Amino acid sequence: MWKTIFRRLLLMIPQIIILSILIFIIAEFMPGDPFTGMIDPNIDPAQLDAMRERFGLNDPLPVKYIRWVGNALQGDFGRSFNYKTSVVNVIGDRLGNTVRLSLLSTVLTYMIGLPLGILSGRYNDSILDKSVIIYNFVSFAVPTFVLALLMVYIFGFNLGWFPSRGSIDVSAVTFWERTWSRMYHLILPSITTAVLGTVSIIQYLRTEIIDAKVSDYVKTARSKGVPINKVYTKHIFRNASLPIASGFGYTIVNLLTGSIFIEQIFSYSGMGKLFLDSINTRDYSVIFVLVLLYGILGLIGTLLSDLILMAVDPRIRID
Amino acid sequence: MATNQDAEATVMSDDASASLPPMGFKVIVKEFAKDKLALASLILMVAILVTVYVVALLLDQDVVTTVSLFDSYLPPMSMSTDPFFEGTQYLLGTDSAGRDVFGLLIIGARNSLSIGLAVTVITSILGVLIGILAAYYAGLVDNIIMRIIDFIMILPQLMIIIIFVTLVPNYGVAAFILIMSAFLWVGQARFIRGRALTVGKLDFISASKTMGTPTLLIILREMMPNISSLIIVNLTLNFAGNIGLETGLSFLGFGLPPNVPSLGSLVSTAQNPDVLGNKGWVWLPASILILVLVLCINYVGRALQRAADSKQRLG
Repeated sequence: MWKTIFRRLLLMIPQIIILSILIFIIAEFMPGDPFTGMIDPNIDPAQLDAMRERFGLNDPLPVKYIRWVGNALQGDFGRSFNYKTSVVNVIGDRLGNTVRLSLLSTVLTYMIGLPLGILSGRYNDSILDKSVIIYNFVSFAVPTFVLALLMVYIFGFNLGWFPSRGSIDVSAVTFWERTWSRMYHLILPSITTAVLGTVSIIQYLRTEIIDAKVSDYVKTARSKGVPINKVYTKHIFRNASLPIASGFGYTIVNLLTGSIFIEQIFSYSGMGKLFLDSINTRDYSVIFVLVLLYGILGLIGTLLSDLILMAVDPRIRID
Repeated sequence: MATNQDAEATVMSDDASASLPPMGFKVIVKEFAKDKLALASLILMVAILVTVYVVALLLDQDVVTTVSLFDSYLPPMSMSTDPFFEGTQYLLGTDSAGRDVFGLLIIGARNSLSIGLAVTVITSILGVLIGILAAYYAGLVDNIIMRIIDFIMILPQLMIIIIFVTLVPNYGVAAFILIMSAFLWVGQARFIRGRALTVGKLDFISASKTMGTPTLLIILREMMPNISSLIIVNLTLNFAGNIGLETGLSFLGFGLPPNVPSLGSLVSTAQNPDVLGNKGWVWLPASILILVLVLCINYVGRALQRAADSKQRLG
């Protein structure tokens, strides 16, 4: 197990290097540089050139890349020209918000998906099962941004149950007020994410349970007198949950990437919104680190999924 | 990542060989006759497609996109207050620039549909070709192709598409289609390869190889027909997915160029809280049209999928 983890982690290094070179090249081609926005008649072009020179923007690409890697290894990921502080600080400020959003979304996704999947598998072809299938179909098809907007419109605007924008109230001062305000702002976006995220959980659980119902081990358990409820909780669920468990890593990554739409629509100041803001302000040191971070998260998610699958299913050997 | 796939294949092994029987036209007709909702979706889908394309022919895009500030945010069914457009009635009202929402909706829908279709066709051709080649040659070729695919799959695709959109000089519709296709073919190729691998191992393919049938003929006349039903199902489902992605990107402002109407950019007007709450006629029709289109196309796709798999057929 540890050997596998170590090997996989080692294999990730070249992938991360290729990814970073790729993004570095792409970032170089981005039109304009951080000083483009400062061009106005009052600034001498020579002064801008001097600033570009001072920040090393005129150096050849490999030089810049190696300098960047050298700094990155010491924890210095460059400065954001838009926020006038280090990229680590900028992202660190938003990280908490995105992690909170993803965590709550993940919990809600499983809280909705697991019971619905189990029930619709156990009582298949019932009215409940048919409703779950319809829900599953709709949540598969609906684009995130349309649902998110409708949620804001209905629950945020017309009913006024939840705040429709932002991640925290400005009037919240004390610790408890701040915590409550944060939670309150989280509810609508995470429900939206969760409602759309259950597709594969329900799909897999339902088919697995329906298949397991007629399998030999269930018949054996029943004939030796195990109560039906126990067969479901102890025998069928354990087997049916294998693909779900292994999907966990992917689920987290999907949630993080999906947060771009959600954060934009709910004006929730997390990493997804930071990415879009940085694209619009050409703040490419931030863009670069964000894409790299998401890429690494993707790699970790895949590794996590493989490891979970290996842990829950001893028949599978991954090397 | 291939390891993970293999692991999945082990767990889900009885699923892989399920959807292979050939699909005749009769099977589809029977399936739609049995499932009234699918039939309704099909009719609605065709009706929307025909309406959008025919009405878009009758509309003049230049007139629709002409700005008239006198008419800003007129509610539905109101008459124009601009002397230049005297006598025009706005069926669905106007947007901030006084453009006819109905016209924008139709032309936007046409653009979104056409782009969705173009991306689907390009990615399917690439995906099917590369997927089948990987499966046919297997071994080293398969390994190299799969490593490349795996690498593209782990990239944060949405972010990289957005970066490319902002980066390409003289960005236009064609560039947008190519950028989307460049990242979306991998999923297709991976899916097709998985199914083609099972077909490639069947006896009649080996027999054909032994008899000396040219590779091209084996691929085109023997492997392709055996996965054609999957390709058709995949086309439909991807079409819906691509419409969703295009409108999503346009919604964020990284899709179609600003002067080209899209359903997504109409919806994006709702990012202004005033429009969201009080001027629903600007963005609601586009949102509902996207929903209806995507649901219908997906439902038709599901019906085709069932028809392609004898285990799941209703009819």
